[in-house]
Amino acid sequence: MKIIIPVENTNDETLVCPSFGRAPFFMIFDTETNDSQFIDNPAANSQGGAGIKAAQTIVDNKAEAVIAYQCGQNAADVLKAGGIKIYKAEMGLAKDNIAKYTENKLFVLTDIHPGFHNHGGGRN
Amino acid sequence: MKIAVLSGKGGTGKTFISANLACSAEKAVYADCDVEEPNGHLFFKPIITENNTVSVIVPEADINKCVLCRKCIDFCKFNALALINGKLMIFKEVCHSCGGCIVLCPQQALSKNKRDIGTVEIGISENVTVISGCLNTGEVSGISIIKKIMTKIPDNKTVIIDCPPGSACTVMESIRSSDYCVLVAEPTIFGSHNLAMVYDLVKIFNKPSGVILNKCLNGQENPSEKFCTDNNITVIGKIPFDEELGNLTSCGLIAVRENDKFKSFFDNLLKEITQ
Repeated sequence: MKIIIPVENTNDETLVCPSFGRAPFFMIFDTETNDSQFIDNPAANSQGGAGIKAAQTIVDNKAEAVIAYQCGQNAADVLKAGGIKIYKAEMGLAKDNIAKYTENKLFVLTDIHPGFHNHGGGRN
Repeated sequence: MKIAVLSGKGGTGKTFISANLACSAEKAVYADCDVEEPNGHLFFKPIITENNTVSVIVPEADINKCVLCRKCIDFCKFNALALINGKLMIFKEVCHSCGGCIVLCPQQALSKNKRDIGTVEIGISENVTVISGCLNTGEVSGISIIKKIMTKIPDNKTVIIDCPPGSACTVMESIRSSDYCVLVAEPTIFGSHNLAMVYDLVKIFNKPSGVILNKCLNGQENPSEKFCTDNNITVIGKIPFDEELGNLTSCGLIAVRENDKFKSFFDNLLKEITQ
């Protein structure tokens, strides 16, 4: 199965990106082959709704899980509709999070934020 | 004549000055375009004569007609649509109501649906017609409400447009049809910075403008006044940081209606602007 992580760079030592929707890249890790692949996040520079488009990309790449620090309500709705689980990333490298995931040591992300820029009912 | 009153930040006295200018005119229209937090009505206490609901267009999908081509998703710059497991998801609060997806859909699977986002109320307060826009809580953009307000403004009267704070889209929409812009500024460094922002904006729109320096303290330097001097900007009035004005305003009263001293001050100010 595939796990996707929003990341800062396109190498194996990359940090997890604090933003989900506007992360520059996604790391796609295949748990069967232990291979990782990197793709551009097409939503990184969106005028709006970055989380929705990023989540659409996750679904289109047929991932079964996402590991991220945080996730907005709209993105969470898309991922949920796609049957994708969201796990809370731990501070540090993407590869360390993958190791923790395979050892079942990551928690499901439950605190979904209402969105920035006043979208989704959130206020500054 | 349409006079827009704006400022780079909130709390400078836009509503205070707008309300008093409107009350100085023989007959006037006061339009509250600060639709996220309209407060002019607290001073005018108008008798409401008309209430309009403002709605925007959002797409609605007919799943049976959709062939999953994704044209709508690829088109939308705000990513208001997603296609998940063969189903189109529409995020109505993200939609900017451009209608492009509806036009583009080769299957006519998307149609126009309406979503209410706020109201425009019209009322009477003595010599002033009060038009007040109000955006529903949680909504993203008040532009449609301001556009609706503009359609309700008659051409032949003195119109005072109380703008939202800042220099963003809603302010541009509020000043677009104005003949003159009054920039209200506080006597602080922050105030002068915000004045510079709105001054840049009215220059882009080619609007004649003048500054009212509000809350002026005697004998203390005023960075906003310095900005005006340095940039050759007309100062049309200075309002002191006055206890009586503060008391009247905090009681929800309009100074011009309470005291002849203030009436003659704002009469002169309005004269200055309309000339």
